[in-house]
Amino acid sequence: MKTYLDDAPATRALGQQIAERSYPGLVLALQGELGAGKTTLAQGVGLGLGVKGRVRSPTFIIMALYEGRLPMAHADLYRLGDESELTELGLEEHLSHGVTLIEWSERFPQLLPKDHLELLLEDDGDGRRATLTAMGPKSLALVTELQALR
Amino acid sequence: MRVLGIETSCDETAASVVSADGVLSDVVYTQTVHAAYLGVVPELASRAHAEKLASVVQDALDKAGIEKPDAVAATSGPGLIGAVLVGLSMAKGLALGWGVPFIGVNHLEGHLLSPMLEDPAPEFPFLGLVVSGGHTTLYLAKSLGDYEEIASTVDDAAGEAYDKTARVLGLGYPGGPLIDRLAQRGDPLAIPLPRPKVKGSQDWSFSGLKTAVRQRHQKFPGDKPEDIAASFQRAVVEVLLQRVRVAAKETGVTRLALAGGVAANSELRAAAQAMKGIQVFLLSLIHI
Repeated sequence: MKTYLDDAPATRALGQQIAERSYPGLVLALQGELGAGKTTLAQGVGLGLGVKGRVRSPTFIIMALYEGRLPMAHADLYRLGDESELTELGLEEHLSHGVTLIEWSERFPQLLPKDHLELLLEDDGDGRRATLTAMGPKSLALVTELQALR
Repeated sequence: MRVLGIETSCDETAASVVSADGVLSDVVYTQTVHAAYLGVVPELASRAHAEKLASVVQDALDKAGIEKPDAVAATSGPGLIGAVLVGLSMAKGLALGWGVPFIGVNHLEGHLLSPMLEDPAPEFPFLGLVVSGGHTTLYLAKSLGDYEEIASTVDDAAGEAYDKTARVLGLGYPGGPLIDRLAQRGDPLAIPLPRPKVKGSQDWSFSGLKTAVRQRHQKFPGDKPEDIAASFQRAVVEVLLQRVRVAAKETGVTRLALAGGVAANSELRAAAQAMKGIQVFLLSLIHI
């Protein structure tokens, strides 16, 4: 599914719509270059999960955890060294029971469960384009619901 | 009263002995293992702290000419948790062994009050702007232990925006000093960059600025890097100090203290000192 997002509020709204349909074990592999809107989308997911407090960029701290309707983890693996550091991070324990957003997951592809949702953000004119690719039945059901909204 | 202070919340292993007379010793070991990763890697940070901390502490005691302090303090958070724990555990162990009190110190409170090491020190109440790779917050410090958060970033810290802009320009890590140096040779008015505002709030947002730099760089690859650096730096400094101006007007407090790593930024220091009606307290660069 491809969708055009005019601005930051539209990006946040997409995140919110995903969160409202999320389930324990939903993993979003966020892709897109620096400043593509990944943190903005994560803020929308936080909003949709009823997270209190701010969802900020996780780059400095590598992984941020939030309490919401489902627990939310937001990780940026850009600066992570190797597999042992990934284990240290404890992200894997979160994958099955919460909603997990991962930036730079392509550095550790084996980390992602088979059924995850790939979300690519790219510049497009004055706004941005989101491309959602479901990698399994549960994520496909979610994308189908989102598609019905558009 | 002589207090041994230990700080390991990020990529510097630091120990110092402080008394009422001031700083008796100050030993800082900066980790270099991160440069290849363009950022601080938590696991590497804690390992390097564990390796260096004992000798850094010994060095701080030796330089202060004491064998045992009257109390031990350590940063207790927030920070990279594994890294914080190394210093905290060492401090607690030492305090227990020496039979002296242990004091946990909030990392941000430490930053906020650090200008008080200088002469002249700011008197309460003062506005404290704490800007670093992980934090960007303006506090109203009313008295010791009584602080009000006035504004904060909603997304990226200012120091992170520096790091990411440096990444876009292919400069390396950490971005702050590299961009600051490059900006000296550039024209801060050459590249139009936004001054991002948060709708309906007085907080900062630095995420959009970083995006603007990246998009501009892709569209006009011929821009001079020094002009981008200078224009970016001008935008950061302007939005930071604009909020300070508003806060000074709102609170009537005209003393401003700068703290955190970005307080070393040459343009931020110069622009803050040029503000009318504001008395600025800067940290000497060795205390940042």
